[in-house]
Amino acid sequence: MDPLRQSPSPSSSRASSPRTFSCERLGYVGIEAVLDQLKIKAMKMGFEFNIMVVGQSGLGKSTMVNTLFKSKIWKSTMPGLRVPMPQTLQLHSVTHVIEENGVKLKLTVTDTPGFGDQINNDKCWDPILGYINEQYERYLQEEILITRQRHIPDTRVHCCVYFVPPTGHCLRPLDLEFLQRLCRAVNVVPVIARADSLTIEEREAFRHRIQDDLKTHSIEVYPQKSFDEDINDKILNSKIRERIPFAVVGADREHMVNGRCVLGRKTKWGIIEVENMAHCEFPLLRDLLIRSHLQDLKDITHNVHYENYRIIRLKESHALPRGPGWVNLAPTPPGPGKVCRWAEDDSDEDF
Amino acid sequence: ICNSISRPTGEGCRTVPLAGHVGFDSLPDQLVNKSVSQGFCFNILCVGETGLGKSTLMDTLFNTKFEGEPATHTQPGVQLRSNTYDLQESNVGLKLTIVSTVGFGDQINKEDSYKPIVEFIDAQFEAYLQEELKIRRVLHTYHDSRIHACLYFIAPTGHSLKSLDLVTMKKLDSKVNIIPIIAKSDAISKSELTKFKIKITSELVSNGVQIYQFPTDDESVAEINGTMNAHLPFAVIGSTEELKIGNKMMKARQYPWGTVQVENEAHCDFVKLREMLIRVNMEDLREQTHSRHYELYRRCKLEEMGFKDTDPDSKPFSLQETYEAKRNEFLGELQKKEEEMRQMFVQRVKEKEAELKEAEKELHEKFDRLKKLHQDEKKKLEDKKKSLDDEVNAFKQRKTAAELLQSQGSQAGGSQTLKRDKEKKK
Repeated sequence: MDPLRQSPSPSSSRASSPRTFSCERLGYVGIEAVLDQLKIKAMKMGFEFNIMVVGQSGLGKSTMVNTLFKSKIWKSTMPGLRVPMPQTLQLHSVTHVIEENGVKLKLTVTDTPGFGDQINNDKCWDPILGYINEQYERYLQEEILITRQRHIPDTRVHCCVYFVPPTGHCLRPLDLEFLQRLCRAVNVVPVIARADSLTIEEREAFRHRIQDDLKTHSIEVYPQKSFDEDINDKILNSKIRERIPFAVVGADREHMVNGRCVLGRKTKWGIIEVENMAHCEFPLLRDLLIRSHLQDLKDITHNVHYENYRIIRLKESHALPRGPGWVNLAPTPPGPGKVCRWAEDDSDEDF
Repeated sequence: ICNSISRPTGEGCRTVPLAGHVGFDSLPDQLVNKSVSQGFCFNILCVGETGLGKSTLMDTLFNTKFEGEPATHTQPGVQLRSNTYDLQESNVGLKLTIVSTVGFGDQINKEDSYKPIVEFIDAQFEAYLQEELKIRRVLHTYHDSRIHACLYFIAPTGHSLKSLDLVTMKKLDSKVNIIPIIAKSDAISKSELTKFKIKITSELVSNGVQIYQFPTDDESVAEINGTMNAHLPFAVIGSTEELKIGNKMMKARQYPWGTVQVENEAHCDFVKLREMLIRVNMEDLREQTHSRHYELYRRCKLEEMGFKDTDPDSKPFSLQETYEAKRNEFLGELQKKEEEMRQMFVQRVKEKEAELKEAEKELHEKFDRLKKLHQDEKKKLEDKKKSLDDEVNAFKQRKTAAELLQSQGSQAGGSQTLKRDKEKKK
């Protein structure tokens, strides 16, 4: 066959098997400069991160957020002040821009006061799920426009930090219900709140019991085992998975310890240093959320959770909890409503 | 449980000062690490007449010997040849696809020469659009085959652009980033080269051809990109042969009157091209392809299919809704056509039935008539037979009567009378 006659039809243009050439033998080309180009571009555009904190009131959620980002994102509510207990579950969002060494981060923190505070907490996860889905919906609507923006604003929740009260026993039914539902829609990182009320041994036992509970109920918290891409990821994430849920303490006051100024909680029997690994695991949480896995959280939200939402939305949107501004994208099939299921084995459907 | 969501309106979010080192300045590194593990994709399209040194230039740019045989001049039409290579440099993996035109400019009638190229570029956009519109899609592992840069090779005539060049570039400028280069520029002298470049640039401008401009909005690269924009089109020479010049091995072409060094900026613009294409602007080329050319294609394609963003009542339409509406419309039409056909069929059947009934009736009538005829005939015959029988009977009677008389006459004595009777009878 005449090799020149291989005019490929356009769709098969990537047919030839890739040949691997190593450039280094013959001289420097400069391909790795593309990394710098990427960095410059990313820094110019800025980053976005949306985090949600869920837990009963009094577990130190606002303090934790302030400690994580070392700034007064929120005025932490102190008990005893005349702040009325919200009668219903509300979602309260706050957006700030923080900058460090030229890197701009647009941080949105969503709080859920009133979660788990009522006598009857049935379906208290619905507003939260509705909010999460509403952000996916917003992104989807932007994405399917004919003339769309260059950069679609990302308001999707990248991470949900779930505060487990330090009972020391095991996960409560409310925790299990919530975690089960939310882990399918968003990255959930459970933490043991106010861990200074547990001793180290109690902490370990509590942690193991929680891990067992999670395994029994097949709840996959972040970092999910099924999304590990290669062996390095597996090793790194397994180490993290062993320590989940982290036992954390939040504090936004500074105290003097051994001549150093540290963030901590002062009690009659000592000062609990937030950044001291021997005292609590806050540094682990901070490293996971910010220093090492922030981009990964965003990627999994975009590539997995958002795509799952999109699939369900385009196929059987009547099964999803609805938020405001709902536009029906798929025709409702006749017959009784189906249960919202994990769309896994459907065959490919072209648009 | 009712829920109320309070959000700050608009972009008025305040900047909050940090009380210490948080650590998110590692974000760009996290992003870069992710991209490195995923690998990069870069697709170059080389458009130019046969023999202008496209493959050699690619070899020189990427310091590798890509396989391929030189094309002949006898191609009946323009075709595109595409090859994908996996290049690795330190820890960066690049999936490079090089697409070359084969037979461009060789035909006698070159009116349709640009068409295969445009179709190829559109096909890559189409493939990406199809993937994006799928319900179950894997965009982050999708092998992006869209053309990021088009190197247009201009023949070193020294005069001006050929009309084929102008026409082709005009057709391509809204679909791909065009970087025009003067090929085999060791055939032109320095002074001619400057005039040539000026002529080319003015022709491009007067014909409204939009070539790719290196971006000047970011301070770190604005200066170098700005100067490079002034050097377009780049005059390049390609060579993979290494010659010893001084005490170093360099890529060069040797002539009896001297040696042309490829990487010598005084000799040609190869270094500038490499700098711009790979080391400074590769990411921008990819981004322009995605956010400008691809979006334009997508918008045109979707509008062509009949989708709109808003309808007259300014209620936002959704693609799926419009799609469903169109589908139902189409199905309705199909159904209508089916109905029509069925009606026609029923009609025809009825007509045929009526015809057949008519025929049947006629046949019956004929049968009846014939039967009647037959019966009439039969009756006539029977009448005749009857009259014949009557005559025969009458004859017999007379015969017996005559015989009787005869016997009586013979007894009375007179055969004469018998004779007389016989004669009488006769």
